[in-house]
Amino acid sequence: MNDACLTFKDLTLGYNSHPAVHHLNGSIKTGSLTAVVGANGSGKSTLMKGIVGVLKPMAGACTVASGKRVAYLPQQSELDRSFPARVVDLVSLGLWPRRGLLGRYSREDRLAVSEALMAVGLEGFEKRAIDTLSGGQLQRALFARVLVQDADLILLDEPFNAVDAKTVGDLIKLIKRWHGENRTVMVVAHDLELVRAHFPNTLLLARQPVAWGETLEALRPENLLKARRFDEAWHDDAPWCEPDDGHAHRHAHSHAHDDHHHHDHGEVHDHPDHESGPRAA
Amino acid sequence: MYDFLIAPFVEFGFMQRALAGSLMLALGACPVGVFLMLRRMSLTGDAMAHAILPGAAAGFLLYGLQIVPMTIGGLIAGVIVALGAGAVSRFTVQREDASMAAFYLISLALGVLIVSLRGSSVDLMHVLFGTVLALNDDALTLIALISGITLLTLAIFWRALVAECLDPLFLRSVSRLGTPVHFIFLGLVVLNLVGGFQALGTLLSVGLMMLPAAAARFWTSRVEPMCVLAFGFGAVSCIAGLLVSYHASLPSGPAIILSAGAIYLTSILFGTRGVFNTKLRRHRHRTA
Repeated sequence: MNDACLTFKDLTLGYNSHPAVHHLNGSIKTGSLTAVVGANGSGKSTLMKGIVGVLKPMAGACTVASGKRVAYLPQQSELDRSFPARVVDLVSLGLWPRRGLLGRYSREDRLAVSEALMAVGLEGFEKRAIDTLSGGQLQRALFARVLVQDADLILLDEPFNAVDAKTVGDLIKLIKRWHGENRTVMVVAHDLELVRAHFPNTLLLARQPVAWGETLEALRPENLLKARRFDEAWHDDAPWCEPDDGHAHRHAHSHAHDDHHHHDHGEVHDHPDHESGPRAA
Repeated sequence: MYDFLIAPFVEFGFMQRALAGSLMLALGACPVGVFLMLRRMSLTGDAMAHAILPGAAAGFLLYGLQIVPMTIGGLIAGVIVALGAGAVSRFTVQREDASMAAFYLISLALGVLIVSLRGSSVDLMHVLFGTVLALNDDALTLIALISGITLLTLAIFWRALVAECLDPLFLRSVSRLGTPVHFIFLGLVVLNLVGGFQALGTLLSVGLMMLPAAAARFWTSRVEPMCVLAFGFGAVSCIAGLLVSYHASLPSGPAIILSAGAIYLTSILFGTRGVFNTKLRRHRHRTA
């Protein structure tokens, strides 16, 4: 696909030789809005880390189309709230991709920051110390920072956690605005109703993709059931996931994807037959 | 008044040198201390101060009580410990506090061993506690160089340092500078401790770094004013310490650090964010 913003090629990510995302293939179209859904431990956050490059792949590759800027809002921020900074300092960090280490902040930059604060409903909060913000206000400030980053690919990891209904509505509006601006957005979310209502595409993960495509199709009951049955534990006695010649030859272990769901969407790829590197479970 | 405050610095060359040296030290060390504190690495400074001992001692063993070899030795030892501890924490599961403790204890033991190979306990006292009243030209040049390098480096890497303290994961997602900045910063810590040990000794040089920074935290909630204020406190401590040491014939290094300690204790109590203002006074509050 030519207009792919993000391409996964046999991507395996994980920790201590156990895979958290196993042999993911496919691509994310430029300008698409995708929800990433799955049980706890199904590899959603790991996938995000892999895309940003904070976590190196154990096998395969994950390529962001050249020239695309990435913005990432992690689930567990390492933000130090006791650090003496104001809201405007935090949001101005988003200028880094444009100004880097030494570039001076121009008048437009300051304007961009105050517009971003206005867009998330935090006007007048510029001078507030970050340790005086509520959880929802901090989340809004972090969204403002993403706005300022002006990225082409936006990754949000559980942005709706511990956020009230009104704020969720405001944040959804922002996400739709990005979608309208032809930016590519991926959001990890748990609320299926919310996903069905607002996200055109969904990737349902259970270490391996269970379904990937149009939301209503991907979130069908049989897919959800399959995703729920997935075994989140690691097994130290799991056999090694060996590369083989890519054909009929199968090891004694069997991946639970024999009944893998087939889609007609171009972006859905089945689990490949050849495997390499990490353990199977 | 003049006799008490000004005359000692006008009449005596060694007092002028001591003042110039300690003020320049404060100029570089105090802002570094602010970042050490904000990164919750206050005790790292202390560990690093111990870690430079074997290098300084080796220089002392080979060349006697001379500033240049001892400084270079201290610098080498400090960099090895900082890099070693930093690398262990960045690339293994062990946290920096544990790896730093391990490395500096090895280094300290080595240092004491080296000093005892040759010197008497008087020599050890020199290395440990310094002599700000005997700064020669070499030492002053060195201190000036170190504070210049420190200020320049801080100015260049300011934004990355702040980002690395405030939100390290964000910095990693937009730039590769995170890890280099951490090591550059540790380098600055070592550099300033080494610069301070001729004047204040290896153990007390960390005092001029941490105490003014810790005191400044009670007065402001922004980084830039905090650095300026820390330097102000550091400068006042140097002047007060030197005067006390002159008039009461006390050792100068401890007098400077104790002055800084007095400022710190006062700040805990009476700073705008100190105990008195935040806990004891009844606050009126607004409706929104």
